[in-house]
Amino acid sequence: MRAEILRNMLRAAGVLAGFAVFGALLVAVTWESTEERIAANERAYLLRTLADVLPAGAYDNAVHEDAVTVTDRALLGTVAPVTVYRARLRNAPVAAVLTPVAPDGYSGAIRLLVGIRVDGTVSGVRVLSHRETPGLGDKIEIERDDWILGFDGRSLDDPPRQRWAVKRDDGVFDQFTGATITARAVVSAVRNALIYFEAHRDELFAAPSGASGLPAPAQAPAQSPVQAEEKE
Amino acid sequence: MNPRVAEVVRTGLWTNNPGLVQLLGLCPLLAVSTSLVNGLGLGIATTLVLVASNLTVSMIREFVRPEIRIPVFVLVIASFVTAVELAMNAWFHELFRVLGIFIPLIVTNCAIIGRAEAFASREPPGLAALDGLSMGLGFTAVLVTLGAARELIGQGTLFAGAHMMFGERAWALEMQFTDGGFLLALLPPGAFLGLGLMVAAKNYLDARRERRRRTPLAAARPAGEAA
Repeated sequence: MRAEILRNMLRAAGVLAGFAVFGALLVAVTWESTEERIAANERAYLLRTLADVLPAGAYDNAVHEDAVTVTDRALLGTVAPVTVYRARLRNAPVAAVLTPVAPDGYSGAIRLLVGIRVDGTVSGVRVLSHRETPGLGDKIEIERDDWILGFDGRSLDDPPRQRWAVKRDDGVFDQFTGATITARAVVSAVRNALIYFEAHRDELFAAPSGASGLPAPAQAPAQSPVQAEEKE
Repeated sequence: MNPRVAEVVRTGLWTNNPGLVQLLGLCPLLAVSTSLVNGLGLGIATTLVLVASNLTVSMIREFVRPEIRIPVFVLVIASFVTAVELAMNAWFHELFRVLGIFIPLIVTNCAIIGRAEAFASREPPGLAALDGLSMGLGFTAVLVTLGAARELIGQGTLFAGAHMMFGERAWALEMQFTDGGFLLALLPPGAFLGLGLMVAAKNYLDARRERRRRTPLAAARPAGEAA
């Protein structure tokens, strides 16, 4: 009796394991045969999106190849290295595109592209990927709403730092009904990217392409006042 | 020809349509049907998963013990959904971006596990695959109709974004009828209203046919499958 129960259990477990292997194989094979195409798609998409956040026609280099990676958990939202693309005109810096992460979205991290002109004004912001609620939080996508264009031309002085927030938090940026957290996450990520850029601008443009980390990084302020405020 | 073939097709497309009668998979149905192309994309993806999962479930129905049937079904469906998601990401990248979270969410579409459990686990593979196909097409038809109606009323276009699916030549397909439209149709209430009207229209058509058939023939109507 006991032996039979045991045998049945083992058989069931075996069948289940078999299907787990079958599923894993199916996914692995598909992954293997699509990986390259997906990577190419992502790259093409990146190129188009980079062009969207940079001032049109103001640069002449291959932006997607002129990149460095930097790490700053507090300001760029992730412990992972973040890529910064540099746009130049006849070798003079024009703008940089940072790819920070807003770690505090409603359902996880929101990956952003933030284009910043060398004078510190925003040339454009786009969302690379997110998992926000469809129909509410996805208004951060340019395809669905032009909210994200509200950052264009802004800088750390316009509006002043403490008003870089959604309206509910006494800031100047609209939030969406039902998705304040999403808007809040994006606004603070853009502001932090600006703060990072302000502190590291010259090293960012000076670093050789492909470098990871900045040469002789000027000691970044351990925590900017705005950051500290937010932690409360 | 097996008389059940016609019955299976009719069941999926009309009498037991997953969108209009079973009312399954409403979450993606309502959220994605903002345009014809979106509806078509999700409909095709769902159909692929339905056919593949029905076929597999039917082939393994003999040796999967009842106690582990559901976990096995879930495993099979989840694997197929992931494969479809990767394939869409590779070949229909833009559409994949638009549909976003709703592709992986196909796994939670009750229509799929419902068909696996109610039909595929007791019928031969051929019929099960056909059932998956007709259920999928029935679902797609609802998605496309609702998507077209909402797109037309809400933004005055048809086939907007067709290039995402059919390549650059399909720009020609994109039609603009009016400038802008009645925004409500694109918002969530528009989805509920639209689907409600479609269900009502189907019931009306059925009732009318029933009335016309109320002749001596009515008694000869075969007892329908208890769905």
